[in-house]
Amino acid sequence: MTATEAPMVLAEGVHKRYGRVEVLKGIDLRVERGAVMCVIGPSGSGKSTFLRCINHLEQINAGRLWVDGELVGYRQRGDKLYELREADVARQRIEVGMVFQHFNLFPHMTVLGNLVEAPLRVKREPKAEVHERARDLLDRVGLGDKAGAYPRQLSGGQQQRVAIARALAMRPKLMLFDEPTSALDPELVGEVLDVMRGLADTGITMVVVTHEMGFAREVGDELVFMDGGVVVEAGPPRDVLGDPKHERTRSFLSKVL
Amino acid sequence: MSETPGAGPAPEEIKAVPVRHPGRWVGVAVLALLIAMLVNSLVNNPAYRWDTVGKYLFDQRLSQAALVTLQLTVLSMFFGVVLGVVLAMMRLSPNPILSSAAWVYLWVFRGTPVYTQLVFWGLISILYPSLGVGIPFGPEFVSFETETVITFFVAAVIGLSLNESAYMAEIVRAGITSVEYGQSEAASALGMQRAQIMRRIVLPQAMRVIIPPTGNELISMLKTTSLVTAVPLTTELYSKSREISLALFQPIPLLICAAIWYLAITSILMVGQYYIERYYARGSQRSLPPTPIQKLRTRLGGLKPPPAREAGPAPLSAQRSTEGGTE
Ligand SMILES: Nc1ncnc2c1ncn2[C@@H]1O[C@H](COP(=O)(O)OP(=O)(O)OP(=O)(O)O)[C@@H](O)[C@H]1O
Ligand SMILES: [Mg+2]
Repeated sequence: MTATEAPMVLAEGVHKRYGRVEVLKGIDLRVERGAVMCVIGPSGSGKSTFLRCINHLEQINAGRLWVDGELVGYRQRGDKLYELREADVARQRIEVGMVFQHFNLFPHMTVLGNLVEAPLRVKREPKAEVHERARDLLDRVGLGDKAGAYPRQLSGGQQQRVAIARALAMRPKLMLFDEPTSALDPELVGEVLDVMRGLADTGITMVVVTHEMGFAREVGDELVFMDGGVVVEAGPPRDVLGDPKHERTRSFLSKVL
Repeated sequence: MSETPGAGPAPEEIKAVPVRHPGRWVGVAVLALLIAMLVNSLVNNPAYRWDTVGKYLFDQRLSQAALVTLQLTVLSMFFGVVLGVVLAMMRLSPNPILSSAAWVYLWVFRGTPVYTQLVFWGLISILYPSLGVGIPFGPEFVSFETETVITFFVAAVIGLSLNESAYMAEIVRAGITSVEYGQSEAASALGMQRAQIMRRIVLPQAMRVIIPPTGNELISMLKTTSLVTAVPLTTELYSKSREISLALFQPIPLLICAAIWYLAITSILMVGQYYIERYYARGSQRSLPPTPIQKLRTRLGGLKPPPAREAGPAPLSAQRSTEGGTE
């Protein structure tokens, strides 16, 4: 398959074990270019684990996972797999931005420092260009005046918006969000979702683990319900939320809606 | 009670009688008495020989020796820290050979007295009369007389650095493990690699934990240099003051001279530590603690309020909606 017609993410029979515990039990998924896929499911169902597999923060034990037509973490010659070296894994991760539940901003750097660190030191892009892009991004997330502040001087919602801008500064083709609003006070959730909504409109591919059903319904092109390490049900958000086919989906939705 | 708080006129300032602390006053009195007794004995006991102290405190031989002590301290600490960082990385490495090698190193160097180690390094030229560079068990390309390369000063620096590195390794390791794992993870997700993550993300944050005990080590190193007579190196402060006092038959005043020099150097190092700590605290608190000079200035400035921190709400983002999107 050539890179242009490949989906952005393709998972086939992805398994992940921690010791004896099997956390992902065969995930098959396809995220088209420019699509927004939302993932919901009960705690411990493996949503975070799957997201982390997509940029190889976790190594999968069986199955295959492609991002933009490229095998994640391995190189295939014939039917033999070779582990990629650290530098090659890092190169793959450049293409994938990730936003964490607890922001994980670098506290010893200013907001601007957080944004320019990787473009300057990983991609080695010219300084003037990187700084200009970083300032544009901060304006876009509504924090143009906070460039010189340190992360701890910001509210949670502001920190998460900086974290999104930091990931975007690498110009990724895929963005992964792991419950980006779960650690926020309810009144701060909106500002982060607004930024994400704006981002979806730019046409970037997104995979979003979330409990914000409103966001999933409104912005998502596809909704995936995971439980017990498998995909139970997937489809257009309106169908999955409005008329779930599976009993497990129905009982989960009745608890959260 | 329907009035909104903060409306109405400003409330009356509270004027209450403060709690009294009689215990404090007793403590102050006792302390004052003890200090008076101490000062009295210092001034009136002729055995201190303050005249001799004054005469020798700035003697060129002593200031020269203080410089040697300072050089020993700074050089040994520098190499101790560098090697300590390497050992800490080895200890934390997933490679079992590296981590156990580091463990054995710590076991040996923390498990034997530094005095013994210094004697050993002084004797190194007996164990290895010549040092060379070449192929193991094969030909040698260059070789040196050990005695000419490893002078007593060099031996002292080697001995102190190697011993220090074992302690520094544990301090650095504690610092590294104190940094939340999410930091490395976020950096990996941005495409950074292990060495870069360590240098740019983890170590700068670990510094906050590493620096205070390192300051301790530095000051303790300053005083440990007095043990290098074991090598034997006799040009540093303690040996020099002993040497002069033996010639004068007056041990006490020169001991005091040396102590004053040690105290002076320690004080300078402590000021340096304060500013380094302040540097690495940036971002860890909402605002940096004031420097002593700033503190003094605000005290003298009386009731002037401290400059307002940058605060205030962020201007609304262009895309911000009015009702939160929580549903
Ligand atoms: N490093 C690990 N070692 C062992 N077990 C793990 C590890 N990480 C996750 N697990 C287990 O894997 C399962 C799935 O975890 P995961 O974090 O993917 O769940 P989740 O769907 O994201 O849940 P939540 O909604 O609470 O974030 C859990 O049962 C968890 O205990
Ligand atoms: Mg999770």
